[in-house]
Amino acid sequence: MPNCYLSYNNILSSLGFDTTSVFEHLKTGKSGIQPVQDPTRFYKSVFAAVIPTDTLNSEFETLEAKHQYTRLEKMLIVSLSKTIKASGVTINNRIGLIISTTKGNIDILNSQSQFPNERVYLGTLGHVVKDFFSFENDAIVISNACVSGVLAVAVAKRYIQEGLYDAVFVVAGDLVSDFVISGFNSFQALSHGPCRPYDKDRIGINLGEVAASVLVTTKKEELSEDAVEVLGEGSCNDANHISGPSRTGEGLYRSITSALKEANMHSNDIDYISAHGTATAFNDEMEAIAFNRLRLHETPLHSLKGYFGHTLGASGLLETLVGMQSLRQNTLIASAGFETLGVSKPLNIITKTTAKELRTFLKTASGFGGCNTAALFRKVS
Amino acid sequence: MDKTFHISSYCHIKNNSVSLDGKLLFTSPIQEFTAFVKSAAQQLHTNYAKFYKMDNLSKLAFLAADVLLKNAELPVDTENDIAIILSNKASSLGTDRTYQASIDDPDNFFPSPSVFVYTLPNICIGEISIKHQLHSENCFFIFDSFNADHLWTNAQSLLKRNKAEKVLCGWVDFDDKNYEAFLYLVEENGIIAHSPNEIKKLYRT
Repeated sequence: MPNCYLSYNNILSSLGFDTTSVFEHLKTGKSGIQPVQDPTRFYKSVFAAVIPTDTLNSEFETLEAKHQYTRLEKMLIVSLSKTIKASGVTINNRIGLIISTTKGNIDILNSQSQFPNERVYLGTLGHVVKDFFSFENDAIVISNACVSGVLAVAVAKRYIQEGLYDAVFVVAGDLVSDFVISGFNSFQALSHGPCRPYDKDRIGINLGEVAASVLVTTKKEELSEDAVEVLGEGSCNDANHISGPSRTGEGLYRSITSALKEANMHSNDIDYISAHGTATAFNDEMEAIAFNRLRLHETPLHSLKGYFGHTLGASGLLETLVGMQSLRQNTLIASAGFETLGVSKPLNIITKTTAKELRTFLKTASGFGGCNTAALFRKVS
Repeated sequence: MDKTFHISSYCHIKNNSVSLDGKLLFTSPIQEFTAFVKSAAQQLHTNYAKFYKMDNLSKLAFLAADVLLKNAELPVDTENDIAIILSNKASSLGTDRTYQASIDDPDNFFPSPSVFVYTLPNICIGEISIKHQLHSENCFFIFDSFNADHLWTNAQSLLKRNKAEKVLCGWVDFDDKNYEAFLYLVEENGIIAHSPNEIKKLYRT
C-alpha cells in the first residue's frame, strides 16, 4: 500500500489564521481562551476561544463569494482556500474532499436564522464547500463526536490506499454555539475560567471554535516543509457508556495498540503524545490509565485545550497540525493550565515549552458514544 | 491470494415492518415510530431495559443491529471483532430539534443532559457496542442518500488490513416522522458477494 502523508495545511483560530503564526503564539504561551460577551451570538457570557468575526468576514470578502454563507461555512472555506492555494494542487476527479464536523451549522436551527432549514443538514454543508471550490467528487462528511478530526485523516488514508483518490483535502470545523454551551453546562462540565487539563484543580472544559484543513497525499512532490507520514491509526469503542469514558481506558488502549501494530512500532518509539485532555475529571483520568497500560507514562505529553478550548470535530485535526509544527521546529509545547498532577497514574506532562529533537508523535482523541481514535505520525524531512 | 468477503445477512426496518434477509419478521399497522418500535422490540425479544431510554435514531439502529447480530449466533465466550460503519442523511437532527426547542425558551431553560448526549449521530454506534460488547473500529458518515460505494470502500479497507474480522454496515436515518434502517453484515463467510452492486440490490429489496 502506498505511504500517505499530511502536507500543506491551515489553522484558522482565535490565535491566528495560519498554522505558523498560531504556533508562534503557542511558543510564547498565549491562549485564545477569554471571557466572551457577545449577545449577538450567545445567551450568556462564557469562557471560550472564539474566532474574531470581523477578521473572519474581511478574510472571507477577499474570496469574492457570490452567495450568502453561514459563519461555519466561511470558516471552512477560508481555511480550505489557504490550504488549496498553498498546495498548488489542481482539483480534478482524482481529488477527494472530506469534511469533519460534529454539529455543522447548528446555530441556524433556531427560528431567527435567515438561512433556510435545509442548510442545517450536514450533506448540504458538504455541497456548499464542494461547489465553492468546484470539487468534482461529492464531499464525504464524518460526524463521529470529538474524534471526528483525527478519524477524518484515517478515513482519507483509506480512500487513497484503496485507490479511489490520489489525494484528499480534509477540512474540519465546529462553532461555539448556545446549543453546545447549554449541553456541556447541563453536564456541569464547563469551566468558569481557563481549563486545566490533568491538573488536580481542573473543573472542566472550555469550548473553542476552529477550522483546520490539510492535504493528504501519496505524492512526495506535493509535500510541504512540515509534512508527516501517517504511520498507523485505530478507532476503537469503549463499549462501556455513551457519555462517560471507560474506567480502564479500553477503547483508547486498543486504538493506540492498533495504530502501533500497523506502524510496526513500540510505545517507546513515540517521541511525544498530543493527548485529548479536555480537563474533565473522568476524561483525563481515563487517559492516564490507558497511557499507563501502554507504558507511555514517561513519554512527554500535552493537551492543547488550554490554548484553543475544546474545538469538537476540529480538535483532532487542529492538534495534529500543531504536532506537525512541533516536529518541524523540534519544540515541545507546554500543556497550558497544568501545575500539579491530578490523575491517579503518573504522566510526563510538558510543563515548559522546550527544544527537543523530535521525529514521531501520537495523536489521540476520545468522545461521546465511547469512541476513541489514535494516529501515529513521523516527519518526512 | 487476497481474501474475498461476503454479505452474510441483512435487515430492513421501514414502512412499519422489520425484515431479515428479505423475510418479514414483524409488521404492524402502527404508523407512529415510537409506538411501532416499542412493539417491534417486544415482539422480537429485544429484552434490554436501556432500549426504552434511547432516542429514536438509536432505537432504530439498535433494533436493526440486534436482529442481525442475534441471528448471527456470535460466540458468547470469545470476543467479537465486528467494526461498525453507519451512515444517514439527517445526522441526529430529530433529537437536535427537540433539544433546540427546550433551550429556545429562556424562561424554561433547563436543558437535559440525557437529551443532549443523543445530539450526536454516533451515539447509536455506542449503544450497539455496549450491548454486544464490541470494542471495534467505528465511524459515522453523512450522505445525501444511501451510498453503497462509500460503505463498500470503508468496509473493504478495514477487512483487508485486518482492522476488523467482520463489519456491520448500513444506513439508519430518522428525520421528523420518517425512518429507515438497512444494515448488513460483511465477513468471509456467506453467499452474497460483497460488492457495491449487490449492496444496492439488497438495499432496494
